[in-house]
Formats: sequence, structure tokens, C-alpha cells
Amino acid sequence: MALLKINKLTKEFGGLKAVSNFNIEIDKGELIGLIGPNGAGKTTAFNLMTGVYEPTSGQMDFDGKSLLGLKPYQVTQRGIARTFQNIRLFSDLSVLDNVKIAYHFHVKYGLMEAVLRVGRYYPEEDSIEQKAMECLKMFKLDDRRDEIARNLPYGEQRRLEIARALAAQPQLLLLDEPAAGMNPQETHELMKMIRWIRDELKLTILLIEHDMSLVMGVCERIYVLDYGSIIAEGTPSEIRNNPCVIEAYLGEEVH
Amino acid sequence: MRIKMKRDLSALVACIALYLLVMVLMETEVIGSYWQLNIVLICINIILAVSLNLITGFTGQFSIGHAGFMAVGAYMSAVFTVKLGMSFGAGILAGAGAAAILGFAIGLPTLRLQGDYLAIATLGLGEIIRITILNIPYVGGASGLMGIPRYTNFTWAFFAMIITVFFIKNFINSSHGRACISIRENEIAAEAMGVDTTKYKVIAFTIGAAFAGVAGGLFSHYFYIAHPASFTFMKSFDILTMVVLGGLGSISGSITAAILLTFISAALASYPEWRMVIYSLMLIILMIYRPQGLFGNKEIGLKIFSRILGGGQHGAAQNK
Repeated sequence: MALLKINKLTKEFGGLKAVSNFNIEIDKGELIGLIGPNGAGKTTAFNLMTGVYEPTSGQMDFDGKSLLGLKPYQVTQRGIARTFQNIRLFSDLSVLDNVKIAYHFHVKYGLMEAVLRVGRYYPEEDSIEQKAMECLKMFKLDDRRDEIARNLPYGEQRRLEIARALAAQPQLLLLDEPAAGMNPQETHELMKMIRWIRDELKLTILLIEHDMSLVMGVCERIYVLDYGSIIAEGTPSEIRNNPCVIEAYLGEEVH
Repeated sequence: MRIKMKRDLSALVACIALYLLVMVLMETEVIGSYWQLNIVLICINIILAVSLNLITGFTGQFSIGHAGFMAVGAYMSAVFTVKLGMSFGAGILAGAGAAAILGFAIGLPTLRLQGDYLAIATLGLGEIIRITILNIPYVGGASGLMGIPRYTNFTWAFFAMIITVFFIKNFINSSHGRACISIRENEIAAEAMGVDTTKYKVIAFTIGAAFAGVAGGLFSHYFYIAHPASFTFMKSFDILTMVVLGGLGSISGSITAAILLTFISAALASYPEWRMVIYSLMLIILMIYRPQGLFGNKEIGLKIFSRILGGGQHGAAQNK
């Protein structure tokens, strides 16, 4: 059964159909790319999936249950975590605290336990700290734990954002242009990391990307979005040779 | 982790030492009645500043209606002790409870607003509370509720302050507190990390309101009277000034600023016309040279105090 199944999803902003008839089906463990020219509606699609926007019509099912009408935090609690195109870290907090916050909704101790520091407070805080450190270690950020997030170099901020999303322990990870602003070397490392995350953590990943070398190199299947609807779907080599895709990106051939 | 407990204990010991010291000084009349009054005021102001800091500094919700919650606490506790003949403790709890309920009821709709819109809404709200009280004859209307016994003394004020500071400090250093801070840092990201932002805004607002209620109860039972004119928006601004001066997101900053500003207004009491001038000058200078407040969002710990003073009776400024 598909982990994420989206059927005829449509979003209209006034008269503008940002996303229309958006269909997508992702199985567990897949690594899927979503590409498309600028303004095709990729980020809008992400925002619809994560509850930032409410769709005008259509269905979204995640793990057999509908996502419609959920608030962003509820979507995250269901098991979909995301990163943002323009990095949104908690920029005045330390690297460690950034990751710790993602464990928040797994915490079971109550308000009074926290204030009186009794019961589950110490054991759970210990385990959060430990898990957060493990997560940072995975992304080679553990020696930066006390650094303020805004002072990290750009590439590390991107990495921290992915680390934070993973700390929320999702089943499905949505990456919105993870390689934006990275140089080829960093992009290559990111590519390796994304594949490694998927294999190691048995995650399903959907990523939006402009960098074709990254998408073609790492994704198993690719969806192509143009003017709000999916125009093609297939393996990287199929997509590369698909006339519709070439037309969307490069324009019609002159006869 | 256990280091936290040790630090808490040493902070508590320092607090008790400070309490005993001030107590001895008061008993031996080294501290006269005028400064006694100011010391109680300092404790009340610390409660107000720290509780507003939870809302404005840590959760990032700009609120300028704090005096309204203080008024509710002041009146409710006075009604309990004067009209219903209950004990002072019950009165304080009732004041805190009433302020919390009101904070919850008001926070739920208004916390959807952001930034300046929220500021205006809370400003209006503080005034609504004050004017409502002004028009209730049962609590004395415009002449205020008189004949309140003076139950508040240094002991009550001091320990209420310690409880407030510890409560809010421990709250902030928990996952719940981190959720609040994440809202201040980036609301969209907080939501994307699974934080129910509305819930935590309301929680912070309710806790802040409850402690403002405690401060109000202490206030009315110290000055024999609960009067609507004590809770105008000027009072809200006073509290906000302390929070901004000390640093948004710094408990020790709020404490320092509350002490500093209370002393300054006490020292300037004989020149009331200059008080606001100096106040505003201080703020202007601070905003130019240190826009993040005295302490920014850092905490000053016992350690630093003991390093500076080689001992440290300054328990009031303890932290995490």
C-alpha cells in the first residue's frame, strides 16, 4: 500500500490555479524527486501536504488516513517532517536546542513535573539530550552543539535543518530544495547523505530540487510539475527523454 | 542533569541567606520603614516582570495589558479576604486563579493576532478590565476597595517571588518551555516541528497572568486599598520597561531591572516630575547602545556573582 497517496489535489488562490489535479503516489522506502520550472507549484504542493494551506479540493492520504484539515503541527505528529526552501532555523538558539525542540511532541512529562522537576522530567530530559546528540553526530554537527544556529556556515545550516526534521522521527521526509545555494562539492556530499539517510533510517523521502544532477543522481522516480499539474512521471532516464518535460523546460521545438 | 539539582539547591540556600540577612537588617531597623516598603515593592515588581517576560520575552507575544491581570488578582484576593473573610493564602490563590482564567479566556482569541496587533489588543484589554472594575459598586467602583488588612509582609512577598522565579525558570528549561521559545524564534518552523503553537502561547499567557494575579494580591494587601487608578496602562508600561531593560528572554535581567527601576523611582520620589524624564532617557540610551537589553537573552548566574563579590548574598539573581 502506498504511504502517501494524493488524488486530484487542487489549490486555487482567487482565480489562479496554483496546483490542479495533482496526483502522486509514494511507497514506503522510496526516494522521489519533484521537479518543475520556476513557479510550477512545487512549494505550494509541499505546503498543501503539510497543512500550511488548505486544499480547494482533492484527497490526501498518509499511511491510510486522510491528511485533510490537519494543522501543520498535527501533520508533523502524524509522521511527515519537512525542511524549508529558505532556511527556517531557530536562529538565536544553540544547535543542540534546535534539535531538542523537534523531540517536543514525544515528551510525556507534564507541566507540573517540569516545574517541580520530579517524576519523568530528569529521565526524559536525559534521553532527549542523548538522542539529540546522536542525531547531531549523524550529521557531523556534534562538535558545534553550543554554537548559535545563525553563526553556522550556510551548508551546515542546511544540514542542521535536515537533522532537526529527522529528530521529529518522521516516516516521510519532505526536502524543499535542500541543495539551494550549495556548491557542486557540497551538493555531491548532500546527495550521498540523502541516500544514506534513506537506507540507514528506512525513511521515505520526497524532495524538490532544481539541481538536475542531484535529482537525476539520487531519485528513483521523478514527478514533473508544470503549471500546477503533473505532466510526467518515471525513472530519471525516462524523464530525461520525455518530450513533454523537455518542452516544459526548454520550450517547443521549432519545426 | 544532576548538576541542575545541585545548582537549584545552592541557589535556594543563597535565597534563604539573603532572606535572613534582610530580615535581620529589618528587625534591627537598619533598613527603615521607607526602604522596607520599597523592598516589598521590588519583590512584587520582580514577580510582574518575570511573569511578563515569560509572555513577551520567551514566547515572543508582545503584551501590554499585564496591569489588567494584576488588577484582577488584587481585587479578587481582596474580595476573598475582606468580603468573604477567607485567609490571605486563599485570597492569593483565588487572585491567581481568577487572573489565570481570564488570561486563558482572553488569550485564546487574541493570541491569533501577531506583533503590533496583539499589542493593541492587549492594551485595550487591560483598559477594559480596569474600566469594568471601575463600574462594579460591589468592589467600591471609582473610590476603590478600601479597608483591606495589611497581610503582605516581606516574608510573603519574598517567598512568592522565589516561587515565581523558580516556577518560570523550571518551565523555561523544560520541553514545554523550549516549545514556547521556538514560537518566538520562528513560528512557522515551530509548527513544522510539531509544536502546537496556539496551545503554548495560551499556556504562557495563562501562567503569566496567574503570577500577575499573585503580584496584584500582594500589592492590594500591602497598601490597604485596591484602586483602579493603580492599574492603568502606565503600570503595564512600567512592567514592560523592566522586561525590555533587563533583556527579553532573561530572567536574571528582569530581576535586575526590577530592582534597578524600583530603586530609581524610590530615589526620585521627591521629584515626581523628573521620574518619567529620567525613565525615558534611560530607555532611549539603552535602546541606542544595547537594544537587546542589559543581559540580552543571557542569564547571569550565582557563579558570576560569587566571582565578583567573593561570596554572594545575591540569591535573587539565580538562574538555571
